[in-house]
Amino acid sequence: MSATSIELGPAPAHIRSTWFRRLGRVVLYALLVLAAIYYLVPVYMLVVTSLKGVTEVSLARMWAFPQGFNLGSFGEAWSKLAPNFINSLLIAIPAAAISSILGSLNGYILAKWKFRGADLLFTLILFGMFIPYQAVLVPLVQIASTFGLYGTIPGLVIVHIIYGIPITTLIFRNYYVGIPNELIESSRIDGAGFIAIYRSILLPLSIPGFVVVLIWQFTSAWNDFLFAVTLTSQQNWPVTVALNNLAGSFIVDWNVQMAGALIAALPTLLVYILLGRYFVRGLLAGSLKG
Amino acid sequence: MKRPSFDRLLSIGLLTPSLIAVGVFVYGLIGWTAFISTSKWNTLRPDYSSVGLANFASIFGNARFQIDLRNTVVFTIFFVGGSLIVGLTLANLIDRRIRAEGLFRSLFLFPMAISFIVTGVVWKWLLSPGTAGQPVGFNQLLGLDPTTNRWFTDPTVVHIPADSGVGTVLHDIGLGFLASSNFGLPVAMLAIVIAATWQMSGFVMALYLAGLRGIPEELREAARVDGASEWSIFRHVIFPLLTPITLSAVIILGHISLKIYDLTVAMSPNGPAFATDVPATFMWQTTFKDDNFARGAAVAVVMLVLVAVLIVPYLVWSRRQETST
Repeated sequence: MSATSIELGPAPAHIRSTWFRRLGRVVLYALLVLAAIYYLVPVYMLVVTSLKGVTEVSLARMWAFPQGFNLGSFGEAWSKLAPNFINSLLIAIPAAAISSILGSLNGYILAKWKFRGADLLFTLILFGMFIPYQAVLVPLVQIASTFGLYGTIPGLVIVHIIYGIPITTLIFRNYYVGIPNELIESSRIDGAGFIAIYRSILLPLSIPGFVVVLIWQFTSAWNDFLFAVTLTSQQNWPVTVALNNLAGSFIVDWNVQMAGALIAALPTLLVYILLGRYFVRGLLAGSLKG
Repeated sequence: MKRPSFDRLLSIGLLTPSLIAVGVFVYGLIGWTAFISTSKWNTLRPDYSSVGLANFASIFGNARFQIDLRNTVVFTIFFVGGSLIVGLTLANLIDRRIRAEGLFRSLFLFPMAISFIVTGVVWKWLLSPGTAGQPVGFNQLLGLDPTTNRWFTDPTVVHIPADSGVGTVLHDIGLGFLASSNFGLPVAMLAIVIAATWQMSGFVMALYLAGLRGIPEELREAARVDGASEWSIFRHVIFPLLTPITLSAVIILGHISLKIYDLTVAMSPNGPAFATDVPATFMWQTTFKDDNFARGAAVAVVMLVLVAVLIVPYLVWSRRQETST
């Protein structure tokens, strides 16, 4: 075969260019697959380790595929992390729900009931989402202690709600800016007031906005470490703090650590897999100006 | 015009609780932290008598904090640079009408849904060197020597040797301090960069992809007709159009990197000779382990200033952009 192609001499330009294009496509897909492997290696490690039985776990064969289906590591990690997993749910769900409602109201007002200085106030609110929380930690501990909330789950929920206001306000405001003012105006002429407009026009259009914000807030509260490690006591630790504690201990086997990491990642991963589109929208909304 | 006035009051009334919350908990508490940072409160018992800037003098004179600042700079440069390059490359690969685009996009982006703690725990095992007899992680997979590939346990700090030619020249012109480990590159930090880039580069890809999709195809066509090569089209047409996105990405990644804490805590809390220590680790330890609240507050103020230098111009810029459009 190769002999004949040599005899034929160089291919005409248009054939060469399709050949080049094909080679380009091969390189393109090779690069994409390579990148995909880079992103999947940690997942592979998490899953195969979690599925190995206690007898099968060895550092020498840490990359090997599990021989069978064994949830031993997983079960052990779950028995250690279950209470913290539930704490995380108790923290992330109310925090996400309440800051979404606040964000929606704020966004409505800042987008459709603009007053003098509204934009400046909005910018001042936004600054709150970028600050290093270290700059508020000590006062937060003092305040939480004063009100008897130090170490508790409600205390942490309140903190998540307050520091969630900037991002939820941002997403909803930019979302509502896209709703035409004519719609608001015409219903105002029909006699609708602040609440009626919100209920009859904004709220029905807000469902995707709420999905985006709920996902965003749930994910940030679930993944938070700094506030939780500073403000909650051991029995109220969310799963991130408990996992870090587990992974830092020399008594707990590494396979259990890996299974624990998988458990801690599952809820937000599930949300991502099921509602990825909204997740990405929140990601972009949270990072770009309106 | 009578009717809106009630609604106006209602709207302001409903906004007020959030404004008060942000006013008190963001600005008020920052003020309180700044106040603490000038106080004597370096024991368990609060003592608010002023010591001026003594706490700042103390932390800036602290060898560990100097190392932390170096680590932050190194981490920021490599993490922001690395994520931008990986993210931009992936966006360009995906933007070529590929099959299974959605699948690849989802694969590159899913780490964003995971906490830095989980990422740190996994990457700690992937990048643990192991021992000569028993390599683990990537050393095992790729057959690397654990005694030379030490990842985040590597104590090496690459810097200009003081007794080298460059070192003596620097010394002669009064810049001898540049030839010291405080202005070097801690190798261990690069392991943290790998994990952080894994987590955040998909996000940069998503930003760039959104930008690329907004560029009309006619623009490329026109440049092609003019005989421009694909690379020069990218370099001189596409990339300049993506500047606002690059700026956003730098700001977002930059402020994350200046605050980084969870990832290093999970992966390598301090590192050999503080090679993976960061200001946030120092702040937490100083404040809540050593009970030096005023000094910890001073570290927090420094972190805030670093972030503000990046964020405030950005916020002002995006406000201007919005009012001009």
